[in-house]
Amino acid sequence: MIDLMGIINLNEAEEHLGELSRSRSLASIPFAGRYRLIDFVLSNMVNSEISNVGIFIQHKYRSLVDHLRSGKDWDLARKRDGLFVLPPAYTRTPMQVHRGDVENLYSNLDYIYQSRQKYVIIAGANIVSNMDYRGILEYHKNTQADITVLYTKANCGTHDCVRSNILGLGPEGRVLTISEFKDTGGYQNMSIDMFIMKKDLLIELVNQCIARGDYDFVKHCIIKNVKRLKVYGYHHPGYVARISSLQSYFQHSMELLNPHIWKELFFKSGLIYTKVKDEAPAKYIHETEVTNSLIASGCYVEGKVENSILFRGVKVHKGAYIKNSVIMQKGNIGPGVILENVICDKDVHITSNKQLKGEYSYPLVIKKGRVI
Amino acid sequence: MHKKACVAMLLAGGQGSRLGILTQKLAKPAVPFGGKYRIIDFPLSNCNNSGIDTVGVLTQYKPLALNSYIGIGSAWDLDRMNGGVFVLPPYVKEQGGEWYKGTADAICQNSNFIDRFNPETVLILSGDHIYKMDYSLMLEFHQKQQADATIAVIEVPLDEASRFGIMNTDKEQRIIDFEEKPAEPKSNLASMGIYIFSWPVLKKYLFEDELNQNSTHDFGHDIIPKMLADKRNLRAYSFRGYWKDVGTVESYWQANMDLLGERPELNLYDSKWRIYSSNPPRPPHYTSTTAKITNSIIAEGCLILGEVENSILFPDVYVGPGAKVKNSIIMSGAHIEDYVLTDKAIVGRKTVLKQGTVVAAKKLDGQQKIVVLDIDMIIPPHTMIEASLSCSPPEDALCKREE
Repeated sequence: MIDLMGIINLNEAEEHLGELSRSRSLASIPFAGRYRLIDFVLSNMVNSEISNVGIFIQHKYRSLVDHLRSGKDWDLARKRDGLFVLPPAYTRTPMQVHRGDVENLYSNLDYIYQSRQKYVIIAGANIVSNMDYRGILEYHKNTQADITVLYTKANCGTHDCVRSNILGLGPEGRVLTISEFKDTGGYQNMSIDMFIMKKDLLIELVNQCIARGDYDFVKHCIIKNVKRLKVYGYHHPGYVARISSLQSYFQHSMELLNPHIWKELFFKSGLIYTKVKDEAPAKYIHETEVTNSLIASGCYVEGKVENSILFRGVKVHKGAYIKNSVIMQKGNIGPGVILENVICDKDVHITSNKQLKGEYSYPLVIKKGRVI
Repeated sequence: MHKKACVAMLLAGGQGSRLGILTQKLAKPAVPFGGKYRIIDFPLSNCNNSGIDTVGVLTQYKPLALNSYIGIGSAWDLDRMNGGVFVLPPYVKEQGGEWYKGTADAICQNSNFIDRFNPETVLILSGDHIYKMDYSLMLEFHQKQQADATIAVIEVPLDEASRFGIMNTDKEQRIIDFEEKPAEPKSNLASMGIYIFSWPVLKKYLFEDELNQNSTHDFGHDIIPKMLADKRNLRAYSFRGYWKDVGTVESYWQANMDLLGERPELNLYDSKWRIYSSNPPRPPHYTSTTAKITNSIIAEGCLILGEVENSILFPDVYVGPGAKVKNSIIMSGAHIEDYVLTDKAIVGRKTVLKQGTVVAAKKLDGQQKIVVLDIDMIIPPHTMIEASLSCSPPEDALCKREE
């Protein structure tokens, strides 16, 4: 058993995902045909033999709690350890407005304190990747670092790096600076905001932050301590998608249509788990034209689908044409409908012969449950 | 233990020898079906959907795949504190043990299991059929008729009736006469192999039958005729809907093909009556720019670069560019390489068809036989396969080597 516990700290800014995050946290935004964003980090943890995972939630968590339930679908419904969903407990912070994630960590410090693992990995839910943390823990031990920060070489010419933290690296991967991304293109060492450290250090950092009146974990607990502590960077060479805006959501969704990325993301070092729905396999009627697309179970396809992702239980009726689009769960696309560069949230019904078109750089989002 | 109104007993020990290669390495109820399921998913899901939460599964023949599949029953929501699913293999007793000698004997040997729940009725099911049925309605009928036994029947075409156990009933659905595979059937009401018995009555008959040296210990052959002879209250419960015996390769293939098309008789997409199954964690399947899919069912994790027509693909199947899969059933993890052609084939789990191979029987008088390929085979490039093939490890060259 690995001596590592997982903390998924849901503190990402979600306002840039527009309509998709209106009634849900970023962690529970549907992605890749059948998953929610949190499934990737959660599955990676489970596949790395982590058996104690705490999810620190902030707000809009109804859909997330519904998704996670007991944690059984990730094999985390355990007698000992398992999945812990930890909402903010305002009673432990002084009488004031809730400002940031450190307060949440602080108010649930008992959970961290009582966990029996020596090391902890802290991650968000906005990174879509397939990685094994076991090797990274070994790296962390070998470098005798206080903190190991995971990073990727990101093409900052695209929107990937917006609002991210960029690492300034010294010899042998030592992190000298962590600074907010400034508008410069090219490939940069982008932090994916996953940190490995000793549990005791995490408790110390949180207590210190609270004592100073600080509230942002990365900004105040990590970045402020880069000079004082021994911080190392670990380069993850594989595929990493950072979902930080509607544009990046759409762009990374479309990247999944590359079978190499599809294979790496879903099979490389472990499978990605999610809540099961017991849908029947997808069904194609008559002669269909479904090319360069991802089709989930429970779909019923009669029309034409091109460069698109259909989530579980989507119906595409005769004569419909879906191009460069993402149709979430239970979408019903009527006969003769034409969609291009559209993201339909869950349970959207587009009635016959409607034509909707967004731009590739600015996809049109149809609100959950809408009938058009 | 809480008292249960009804305990279901699922007979899953049969070999299903007429399925040939399909049941060479696993029990018939564990045979994959419909792109995702196994045959046993149908009765188990029916139990769940009918509100029956205590099910004994009687296993005997090659039970490994079946036992590990059933597990603690969580796939069908049958992992319960009171009741749930129980796998019941034959066991050794004080006077030595013995195999299940017949369907009735299997139940008799497990009467102590049923007694634990002290039920009023016992529902006997088999793992041989594809159908959706609300057993609670049948139970209601049984109680209303105050029957000793109720047998589910379905109308079959009269010219096929001699293949089934045929019931002759009066106007009140009382069974007057039962004939196993009659040459000249008097009715077209075929037994579906689904029985509800009042447990105290059945128990008495089972123990009597146990002592009968001449008995084959079979419900259809022995128990039902004996009850009829004793003028017990036996009723026929008419079922309307899709029901298919998948006892032969032909009927198995046909039942799979029945799922295709716009409005199949058996709707797997009905959220009110879901067929539960294990859900392997696989991503949505990918269809490339060269893929062409016509009238097919395709499961998750598949990678389709070629052509698929009137076929059923289980999870993780790869269909290479230029390959054509037609009228076929491809089990999970099979690898169909470039320019392979399959027509009316059943390809076993994880079998690899190297490039250019053709799997199709010759057409004779417009009839084409079904070709079945075993699991874990590796077929060399450009092989012509016209008849079913199985492989017996380890020396067989057509078997995949252990890695």
